[in-house]
Amino acid sequence: MDNEFEPKLLAFVCNWCTYAGADLTGTSRIKYASNVKIVRFPCTGRIDFMLVLKAFANGADGVIVSGCHPNDCHYTSGNFHARRRWMLFRELLDFMGIDVRRIRFSWVSAAEGAKWADVVNSTVAAIRELGPYTDYQKAASYLAGNEDVLLNEKEVTL
Amino acid sequence: MIELQNRVKSLLADKEIDLFIGYGQGTRLPRPLLAGTAEEASGLVFDGACTGNLAVYLTRKEVAGSKKVGIAASYFALRSIVQLLAEHQLREERLRVFALAPGGTLKELAGLAEVERHLAETPVPSLQVEDDWVKEIDAMPPKERWGYWLGELSKCFKCYACRAACPMCYCTKCIVEVNRPQWVQPWAAAASNMEWQINRVMHLAGRCSDCGACGAACPLGLPVHILSHKMVEIVAQRFGTPEGGNALSTFKPDDKENFIG
Ligand code: SF4
Ligand code: SF4
Repeated sequence: MDNEFEPKLLAFVCNWCTYAGADLTGTSRIKYASNVKIVRFPCTGRIDFMLVLKAFANGADGVIVSGCHPNDCHYTSGNFHARRRWMLFRELLDFMGIDVRRIRFSWVSAAEGAKWADVVNSTVAAIRELGPYTDYQKAASYLAGNEDVLLNEKEVTL
Repeated sequence: MIELQNRVKSLLADKEIDLFIGYGQGTRLPRPLLAGTAEEASGLVFDGACTGNLAVYLTRKEVAGSKKVGIAASYFALRSIVQLLAEHQLREERLRVFALAPGGTLKELAGLAEVERHLAETPVPSLQVEDDWVKEIDAMPPKERWGYWLGELSKCFKCYACRAACPMCYCTKCIVEVNRPQWVQPWAAAASNMEWQINRVMHLAGRCSDCGACGAACPLGLPVHILSHKMVEIVAQRFGTPEGGNALSTFKPDDKENFIG
């Protein structure tokens, strides 16, 4: 059963580096795992941490967050701000038992088409090992799988 | 106590302040008392039992608004005042701060500089319980941590008392009220309750005074202040003492992490 599991990944990337890098992967005709859906943002500074949580809540098994290398940000400092946010966010999630192994943070420049393929492939492989993120999905869709419990709860005996 | 009462009465009489935010006798613990008249000021108390963070009232329009106010500030309330001043939420010249020196003598602190000096001289009240709690959770395997917080936070019914009690939660429109699109789901359910707390703690990173008022306010007794306490610890470890209580609206080019590859 586990062999058939195809991880669903969402990637939040910045327009200027990683998106361009991913584009280069394609134009260089490098093949990579097709499990990922890429969402483009103006800057890593714009990637709200809530998006990661929403991705998990809506069925993603893993998330990639990637942007320009430090000192390469199109807006000078967006990635520096983002890095601080990720540092705190990641540790807070870990403290709450949310599986941080499912979030891959990376710097991929516009010239690193091969690196993008590698980031996606290795993340897909890691998530395949971990399996679907049912813990979070179950907590998010709190009705699913709990119908019996709910039925009992609704019963009012006078 | 008489000393504070008399001082407040004279400040009110001289129109030096319009309102004094202090403590009155409560049933179990001292409770907030807002004194605008000499008569009301007669009910003021101030001693070691007065630990609630009254700085929360300073930014509430319906309480302090643009009034000149005096406040009886506990140790953590002083920290909050420093932070609120740094965030330009208070006017120094409209504020009269009273604190207790170790030993319980009343001290009037003139302005930010004296508040900061007082904080530097006063030993930090013990947060041993919170420290131990964090250590205990840290020691759990991830699955168990998840179970712990899922169990606790699935009880939350989103009353937002934790937000109302926090001096730093002064936004007139909170992230949880953003509904175009709906950002944090408004109903009370496990994951969205977690999201609410993650948002709360992230938005308070580097700004939180560690007063614990959020946890004390929770009608369900959920340990949400432990999340805040953990964040204080993370910020200190990662970024040291944040300048101007500022962790996320600034950066250093050489911030160190070990997980971005
Ligand atoms: S988050 Fe909690 S501990 Fe921190 S300042 Fe607000 S009420 Fe106090
Ligand atoms: S005070 Fe407690 S129940 Fe109310 S919103 Fe905060 S955590 Fe939830």
